[in-house]
Amino acid sequence: MPGRTINEATRLEAKTEDVAMADAPTSAQSHAEESHDTAETMREDGEENGSKQGEEEEDEEEQPPAQRIRVLPGSTTTAASYEFLEEGHTLGNALRYIIMKNPDVEFCAYAIPHPSEPKMNVRIQTYDTTTAIDALKKGLQDLEDLCDVVAEEFWTKRNEFAASKADMMSE
Amino acid sequence: MAPSSGRRLASRTKEEPEERKIVGINKETVTNTVSTDYPDNFIDEDHAWDVDYFRSKFRVEWHENNEHEAQFSLIGLDASIANAFRRILIAEIPTLAIEKVFMNNNTSVIQDEVLAHRLGLIPFTGGKKGIRDWMTYLSKDADGQDLCFDHNTVQLSLSVECTKNKDAKPDETDPTKLYHNAHVYARDIVFQPLGDQEKWFSGDDIIRPVNPDILIAKLRPPQVLDMDLHMHKGIGADHAKFSPVCTASYRLLPTITITKPILGDDAKKFQECFMPGTIKLEKVTRQEARQAGSGYEGHEGENKAVVANAMYDTVSREVLRHDEFQGKVKLGRKRDHFIFSIESSGQWDSDELFLESVKVMKQKVGKLRQLAVTMVTENSI
Repeated sequence: MPGRTINEATRLEAKTEDVAMADAPTSAQSHAEESHDTAETMREDGEENGSKQGEEEEDEEEQPPAQRIRVLPGSTTTAASYEFLEEGHTLGNALRYIIMKNPDVEFCAYAIPHPSEPKMNVRIQTYDTTTAIDALKKGLQDLEDLCDVVAEEFWTKRNEFAASKADMMSE
Repeated sequence: MAPSSGRRLASRTKEEPEERKIVGINKETVTNTVSTDYPDNFIDEDHAWDVDYFRSKFRVEWHENNEHEAQFSLIGLDASIANAFRRILIAEIPTLAIEKVFMNNNTSVIQDEVLAHRLGLIPFTGGKKGIRDWMTYLSKDADGQDLCFDHNTVQLSLSVECTKNKDAKPDETDPTKLYHNAHVYARDIVFQPLGDQEKWFSGDDIIRPVNPDILIAKLRPPQVLDMDLHMHKGIGADHAKFSPVCTASYRLLPTITITKPILGDDAKKFQECFMPGTIKLEKVTRQEARQAGSGYEGHEGENKAVVANAMYDTVSREVLRHDEFQGKVKLGRKRDHFIFSIESSGQWDSDELFLESVKVMKQKVGKLRQLAVTMVTENSI
């Protein structure tokens, strides 16, 4: 807890000047006013949050999500490298697969340049029938569609399985 | 300028030949390990992404579905996709776990930090809708201070004192009888509802340890444990205690092809090379024995080895070590048949977890798609 460490300056000050009990800070934290401020903002935020509890998640709605994709230098329209922040093999390999499935794409690969940096690069080279960015967007769209198909089939079969189990139990 | 691809013949098939989906397994080597179902790899095959085709081919088969363990097969997927779901299951589905421990008193022999770590690893469960939909991640204010509310923090307390049991027999040696609270278990942790939590987590939905019998500490009189615990939402990528699964893994469906008849005592030995239930013995029928060139001639009534269920095979390759089976059997694995096994740590049901992983994947991709669109507009100023 940083609040418990008295900083050197305040300690020396306390030694040289005797402070009246009423003036002495209640804690080692230097600015009592500041902490009062944060307490107030906390309360405000609390009310805000309290009022929209009914809504579903998405606290970030007020500010647009931070941009996590960047075009790397040296890219052209049909041959580009994209840098994704905070993504890894999970998305990288899946995205690479689905982009490679696009017949307008000549080459696609992904790399994680260094394991301790949270970055993932995707290289896309297309034929002149499309552009790299369109191939990327199509890839992301296709992955979304794929997820829908998987989820639907998975849950249908799960319910069928549960029903067949129930039938076996009742017989 | 990039070359344009001269392609797309209307008559091309989307089907990949079955034999190309088999990864070959030899005694010391593997063959055909990489998926090749991409456009332009084969002249008269298409392989371009097509949702409708994928929908028509994708299948799920269930093998087992219990609260804490589910086994099912996903058929018709690429490894990159199956692996993405597996990775999300382990590291990206949020759960609640103890994140902060406020030690009011700890006179036990276990150090504060060790105890705090033990507490963090205890899996908890409770009202699923509340945890999944109502609870949010812990938010911070501009100065990085935590903003704790009822919808992002669950408060628990653990307060136990070990005392002597006056009613114990004088010659008693069992500490659990000699003292009260000699053992502290996960069930001693008490949920302290805050604000609206009463609404989401009461009755059967109360926040509680999945397994009440987890031993936390051992005490002797007059040792005391007294602490407040805060649970937050987190993901496995941050700390393994947030991982919703004990294990989540897949393996490819093994294939066993008997290319030449294996008969009599050899058949028995062959069967013993595999896990029980993989190979069964059948009698050679009169019809088979009569058929010239079948390899069964004159063996009517003898045992022959038949593949019963290749799924039970562990692909130990034991069978390839024996000379008598040389050239009679071919082992392999089906590249697009993933046998998933998910063991939940208890906060969610195992089948829900997989669905959740698909949802997380979809959300992740959806967000990135929007970012890709905004990136384009940003750059084209």
